[in-house]
Amino acid sequence: MTISLSDLIPTLMSLILSKLSAFSAAPIMVMAADPMEQFEIVRLAPFPNVFGFDLSFTNSSLWMTISVTAALIFFTLSTRGRALIPGRAQSVAEIIYEFIANMVRDAIGPEGMKFFPYVFTLFIFVLMNNLFGLFPTIPGAPHGLHTFTATSHIIVTLALAFLTIAIVIIYGFYKNGFGFLKLFVPSGVPAWLLPLIVLIEFISFLSRPLSLGIRLFANMFAGHIILKVFAGFVVSLLGGGFMLKLLALVPMLGIVAVMMLEILVAFLQAYVFAILTCMYLNDAEHADAH
Amino acid sequence: MNAINIAAETVPHGEEAASGGLPQMDVSTFAGQLFWLALTFGILFVMMKNYIIPRLGGIIEERGDRIADDLDQAAEFKQQAEEAQIAYEDALSSARAKAQSIAADQRNAIDQQIASMQTSMETELGEKISDAEKRITDMKENAQEKVREAAVDTTKAIVEALIEEDTTTDAVNTALNSVIAR
Repeated sequence: MTISLSDLIPTLMSLILSKLSAFSAAPIMVMAADPMEQFEIVRLAPFPNVFGFDLSFTNSSLWMTISVTAALIFFTLSTRGRALIPGRAQSVAEIIYEFIANMVRDAIGPEGMKFFPYVFTLFIFVLMNNLFGLFPTIPGAPHGLHTFTATSHIIVTLALAFLTIAIVIIYGFYKNGFGFLKLFVPSGVPAWLLPLIVLIEFISFLSRPLSLGIRLFANMFAGHIILKVFAGFVVSLLGGGFMLKLLALVPMLGIVAVMMLEILVAFLQAYVFAILTCMYLNDAEHADAH
Repeated sequence: MNAINIAAETVPHGEEAASGGLPQMDVSTFAGQLFWLALTFGILFVMMKNYIIPRLGGIIEERGDRIADDLDQAAEFKQQAEEAQIAYEDALSSARAKAQSIAADQRNAIDQQIASMQTSMETELGEKISDAEKRITDMKENAQEKVREAAVDTTKAIVEALIEEDTTTDAVNTALNSVIAR
């Protein structure tokens, strides 16, 4: 215990020093309207490295925490009354529950309900992160405290996608044994075509986690870039004369339109992620029926 | 403000963090993102699985049970109502039959009474009629006898007056009988 503490103190000291020097050496706040700036990972509470990995609490961690906390608060408060006749909040919670439950039942069948907690958590996590990222940053917020979309980072979306595929593979082999490999052998294919089909099926299986992860990432990423670019136009035009200021209305309306689209996309991508997860889990549950 | 700026240092510091590069491609942030993703997602999963999903599922199931119970109860009540309806109809028809039988009985009793009164009346009247007829016949016979006596007496007197001889009553009777027979 004492050894680890004595190790920690110099590490902390050096961290603080490096921060101070970085502050004095270069301006940290980049005020340029760079559309990529919103995706920057900013360290908010530095942690000492663990096994050489930087696990500091960053803005990404903050917004994931906010999303999860908000989801838990919403579901806890809305179901607190356990009302027989639900109020508005409880209705929303029940609708989401039934929506995902029906999705799982339709895609996998009643035996797929063991995956329901996973699919439900996945949907809520992705949805909340997508939606919270759409809140506009409070003007003048300190650097690093702008709204941030955790799902606009490919490592996050790919990790969720690989988690799904890992569950599919592990459960698939657990349930079907080597029969899970029938997944790559569709029935009713002529024998001479089989090697080619198996190859195609195998490649398509390998591409699943990538397409699943990249789809969500790309949607979030592109939407936020478009919003930022339009916002940049507004700021630039407002710096001009009267006519240019008037013209700033056009990208402003564009922002409103894209914002509405992005709210739809936030729901849609969470839905797509959840339903594709269900489809893939169905392959693991019913590998022989493929 | 200073404290925030100190804390708010972008992670990509150093040579490899070329400005304009995608923040998503900065490998040095991956470990931290994965760690916090695992932590937050894990907490959400555990809370959902252990508290929120059972609670929501329980609410929905309870409502389903309650609705099923209510429907059962409604069906029971309906059956009871139908039974009551049948019982009411039975009671009504039996009451109607009873009323009809009472009415028929009453009618029969009245008819009998009327009939008995009629017969007693008829016999009484018949007796009275026969009494009267008897009295009439008696009186008739009596009257005929008196007429005959009167005829005999008259005849006797006439004969005495005419031929001055006594006639027997028998001779007069014979003569009268022959006259009447003619």
